Amino acid sequence: MADPILSIRDLHTYFFADEGVVRAVDGTSFDLYAGQTLGIVGESGCGKSVTARSILRIVDRPGRIVSGEILLRRADGSVTDMVKLPADGREARAIRGGEIGLVFQEPMSSLSAFHTIGNQLIEAVRLHAPLSKKQARARAIELLAMVGIPRPEQRVDAYSFELSGGLRQRVMVALALAGEPRVLIADEPTTALDVTTQAQILELIRSLQRDRDLAVILITHDMGVIAEMADDVVVMYLGKEVEKGPVDAIFHAPLHPYTRALLRSIPNVLAEPREKLATIAGSIPHPFARPRGCPFHPRCTEAIQGLCDVAFPETFDVGAQQAAACHLLNKPAA
Amino acid sequence: MSTVLDVRSLRKLFPIRSGLLSRVSGHVKAVDDVSFTIDSGETLSLVGESGCGKTTTSRCILRAIAPTSGEILFQGQDVAKLERRELRPLRRQMQMIFQDPFSSLNPRMTISEIIGEPLLVNGMTDTAERNARVAELLELVQLPSAYLNRFPHAFSGGQRQRIGIARALALHPSLIVADEPVSALDVSVQAQIVNLMIELQDRLGLAMLFVAHDLSVVKHVSHRVAVMYVGRIVEIAPTKALFASPGHPYTEALLSAVPVPDPRRRASRIVLEGDVADPSNPPSGCHFHPRCRYATDRCKVETPPLVEIAPGHAVRCLRADEISLKGVDGGHTTN
Ligand SMILES: Nc1ncnc2c1ncn2[C@@H]1O[C@H](COP(=O)(O)OP(=O)(O)OP(=O)(O)O)[C@@H](O)[C@H]1O
Ligand SMILES: Nc1ncnc2c1ncn2[C@@H]1O[C@H](COP(=O)(O)OP(=O)(O)OP(=O)(O)O)[C@@H](O)[C@H]1O
Ligand code: SF4
Ligand SMILES: [Mg+2]
Ligand SMILES: [Mg+2]
Repeated sequence: MADPILSIRDLHTYFFADEGVVRAVDGTSFDLYAGQTLGIVGESGCGKSVTARSILRIVDRPGRIVSGEILLRRADGSVTDMVKLPADGREARAIRGGEIGLVFQEPMSSLSAFHTIGNQLIEAVRLHAPLSKKQARARAIELLAMVGIPRPEQRVDAYSFELSGGLRQRVMVALALAGEPRVLIADEPTTALDVTTQAQILELIRSLQRDRDLAVILITHDMGVIAEMADDVVVMYLGKEVEKGPVDAIFHAPLHPYTRALLRSIPNVLAEPREKLATIAGSIPHPFARPRGCPFHPRCTEAIQGLCDVAFPETFDVGAQQAAACHLLNKPAA
Repeated sequence: MSTVLDVRSLRKLFPIRSGLLSRVSGHVKAVDDVSFTIDSGETLSLVGESGCGKTTTSRCILRAIAPTSGEILFQGQDVAKLERRELRPLRRQMQMIFQDPFSSLNPRMTISEIIGEPLLVNGMTDTAERNARVAELLELVQLPSAYLNRFPHAFSGGQRQRIGIARALALHPSLIVADEPVSALDVSVQAQIVNLMIELQDRLGLAMLFVAHDLSVVKHVSHRVAVMYVGRIVEIAPTKALFASPGHPYTEALLSAVPVPDPRRRASRIVLEGDVADPSNPPSGCHFHPRCRYATDRCKVETPPLVEIAPGHAVRCLRADEISLKGVDGGHTTN
């Protein structure tokens, strides 16, 4: 396989609040390749968005990257560690919206209500390419057409509140593409949308990826979307990457008890009517009350007393591509 | 099984006002000729895209808003026509479970006060009697009685939803209206609440109207499903029939868009073009025709009636008996 375009190495991002330290991302490593989609999945608060924001160096205070590397392979083949760049420096700003594009969950709060979508696109285009206003406007219309917005010549002068949720999310994708990125990070890009509109946006991301060999990080809590879109998957729980592997292995040979429990508990359109779901006992612990040992042990049906509640599990490789952080995998070699 | 709720030709128009004099310049047809029944012990789900009229339908049934026309027969009485005073005893019998367990509970009341309030308001003034009933309700929703004197902020989303359910059950209702009750919850907690709702309903024989946009959840909870599109029911059927052999092109597209949590079943989806229609200016004829892959010229002019195609399975499509559509249990998946 080619070299990864982005490599995250043992990333730790913490928030230092008055009440204590939230270890929002606490040891995550993964590789992203051109033309591939990496899915990051997990329940609320597990650190998906903070991972994305760390990569872009836009973590809000009182949070900061404590350790780790974010290695971006540039177009010229050199490698830049994003962690070492000043977050507000020229280079980090050029990479944000340039080589790495971002689509957020809520288009309403990320799009300005005071500027037309055209002006926002023109600004984004000119930030990363030396174009005249007129050229940039033509490019903006081109971008709107590319993301499937009907009548782009007219829509370019519309305000975001004049558009439906689906069209707004397409504008967000157009904005993310303005800097000709090689990496696209989409954080819950379809969570606020109807299934029919979700299908449109996912199809759009898929086709853009095919055409431009984009590397995509798709963040979602929806296992269905992951199954549909991802090549590789990272499963997170309480800031920890508990399992990662190819999508087929994650769904058909999951290693971590949390992955297994999560898969059993999701509702399925193929279920029998009135069929009950398997449940995971308890709920996600409060970020300030992270359990000792394995973060999942209080809810784990397979936990080993005296081990899982005491020691943090290492990550074990299983085969060439799959790995999970669970004591159960620590079997002496046969 | 007896019919608890019988909704007939329900209509709700919202006036659109414009200009200096706030003249009514048009109407949003939020609910347009909606009819269905729900039996005791039965869950009927209402599904459809945002703005299709699901919440408006539920609010009319609860008489939170007055319907424009139609009948809402609840235990034989027409809720749509009763005066406020006459409504009171009926209101006790129909309870609501909300989407957002965070904003629907009063932060200054303890759990025992929150669940006991409807009891107190309805005349159960004896504290010991009330506390006993509250304890019983907590047990019903599987919360420890040690929680009685805590405040809602100390609870997780799933626990708050259990509290909301306990409160709704306090007065032995015969109908529960649940508007997106699990959409704000995490997957692992959602499963707990879905199971709880199935169990309680089986145990208490409640009729339930379940409003949701997640078709996977709907498959798990419902006996029957009604699909709405721009204020109208376009298909209503027993759950299994609706998912396996939909009769309306919109239902087919909706089902096809649901992501299946299995990478080996990646499907070629029907991707609907365009947006859901505007209920203040719906398309002529069949409202779905501009997005329908089966539409003919006739569909632009004729309004399709809701026609029964099998027992209990009705469809609002002019071409229902000519076209054959794919469901999710059948062979539309690849691999
Ligand atoms: N600005 C902040 N200050 C303090 N803590 C924060 C801040 N932003 C995030 N966190 C904490 O970091 C943890 C991870 O949050 P993050 O937003 O990454 O979760 P997520 O996986 O994206 O969840 P969701 O599915 O709800 O979007 C959470 O415990 C959250 O409370
Ligand atoms: N009080 C109101 N005044 C005017 N229009 C309204 C009012 N309430 C609802 N509507 C309109 O009626 C239509 C139906 O809205 P409703 O809230 O019933 O949809 P819904 O199916 O519940 O959607 P969602 O899935 O987004 O909750 C929408 O077009 C909405 O804008
Ligand atoms: S009536 Fe015509 S347009 Fe409407 S759903 Fe049927 S085929 Fe499609
Ligand atoms: Mg997030
Ligand atoms: Mg609603």
